[in-house]
Amino acid sequence: MLSKRIIPCLDVRDGKLTKGIKFKGNVDIGDPVEMADFYYQEGADEIVFYDITASYERRDIMIETVRRVSAKIFIPFSVGGGIKTVEDIHQVLLAGAEKVSVNSAAIRNPSIISEGAEAFGSQCIVLGMDVKRVTPSKKIPTGYEMVIDGGRTPMGMDALAWAQKAENLGAGEICLNSIDTDGTKEGYELALNKLIASNVTIPVIASGGAGAPEHLFEVLTQGYADAALIASMTHYGTYTIREIKSYLHDRGIKVRMTW
Amino acid sequence: MGEAHCDAGPIHFMIAIIDYEAGNLTSVQRALSFLGQESVITSDFSKVMQAERIIFPGVGAAGKAMSDLKRLGLDQALLEAYGAGKPILGICIGTQIIMERSEENDTQCLGMIKGEVRRFQKEMLDEDGKRLKVPHMGWNGVAFKRDHPLFEGVASESEFYFVHSYYPLPKESGAVLGETDYGSRFASVIAKKNLFAVQFHVEKSGRPGLKILSNFCHWSGRDNA
Repeated sequence: MLSKRIIPCLDVRDGKLTKGIKFKGNVDIGDPVEMADFYYQEGADEIVFYDITASYERRDIMIETVRRVSAKIFIPFSVGGGIKTVEDIHQVLLAGAEKVSVNSAAIRNPSIISEGAEAFGSQCIVLGMDVKRVTPSKKIPTGYEMVIDGGRTPMGMDALAWAQKAENLGAGEICLNSIDTDGTKEGYELALNKLIASNVTIPVIASGGAGAPEHLFEVLTQGYADAALIASMTHYGTYTIREIKSYLHDRGIKVRMTW
Repeated sequence: MGEAHCDAGPIHFMIAIIDYEAGNLTSVQRALSFLGQESVITSDFSKVMQAERIIFPGVGAAGKAMSDLKRLGLDQALLEAYGAGKPILGICIGTQIIMERSEENDTQCLGMIKGEVRRFQKEMLDEDGKRLKVPHMGWNGVAFKRDHPLFEGVASESEFYFVHSYYPLPKESGAVLGETDYGSRFASVIAKKNLFAVQFHVEKSGRPGLKILSNFCHWSGRDNA
């Protein structure tokens, strides 16, 4: 049986991690390549890089980072943030990433999903979704609305309808982030994850709200998620990946325990 | 890396990564570089024939893979190299087109191993009754059926990274070296003589994957060597 995947997410700006990351032992690491290598050795199943470089001209720095990461780590990793065209996807894949995630660009121009899937295969096109809870309406029947700009801009689109449309266009996976739980460390948005994961046939990575191993357990069981994104709970040394995996393993979740 | 090494001297120890425009080649080459192994990515028949060993990777569809191989004459290169006893490693789609035919695009394949390639069923369920997703994507265990030089230093039941919707169904049970559970048991490692083929991505499977790749770089091509 497939293992549930535990995926650390690293935010990168201009080739550096946005926050210096402190581990037990007080090491401060700002280099995304070293950090990725650390997580690779620690037993991460996959790594997500989220590039928040503001200036388009500086995007080549991220490509260089991807190239350096791919020379050192031999598990899949994806790159998201600022991907606007099929050529952007091509560059990131050529540099060695396994997958690319598209978010707001796909809402504005859904054909980037179908064109990307056609050119490189569905398995490397991840749909990044930022979702906010709203009062259900005719337009947003599920009460979950697509948003962009870190939640500031509502798009008037129902999250489930968008997920299903993106699946039909050829997205191979969904990374589902709840704006409401993101950063709270109080757990993932379970109802949202269950809603999306049980109504699409592609894998769903839960994102937003992880603060403790039980949150991962909940979202991988009640939330139907196939994988769980984590950030601060391991970045600051509160938990190791092995501790999280042992917790899940002890509770009957299949995770990769040797690496 | 790259072709520059060819001009620099003899290429007898070179690994040829077959380029048939199916992607995923650079990650294989990067993994080889990490292991200190030189390689060339090439679609040139004579370079493939001169190489000491051949890696045959790829993602994509069987139909396109076979038509590209034929267009480049590389189907013949592979069959000749197989006949000549040259070590060959197939990865992912490389494990499928060694079979006789594939359900994907109803494709005639190379026929090195008897049997065919099938698509995972649409309505497979897991033990909890949840629907299994296709493609089979992520980490899954491989149970080794017997020893092989390429398994040296790798534990049976190690997990590897898979991404595929089709799987090989060999008729030659002796050729099945590893099996994986997904809905049912399928052959995830196939080997015969100097051919070794894995449905998973050795280049994306962490240490156990790199170990198999490294073993391949030193393999004589004999099953018991």
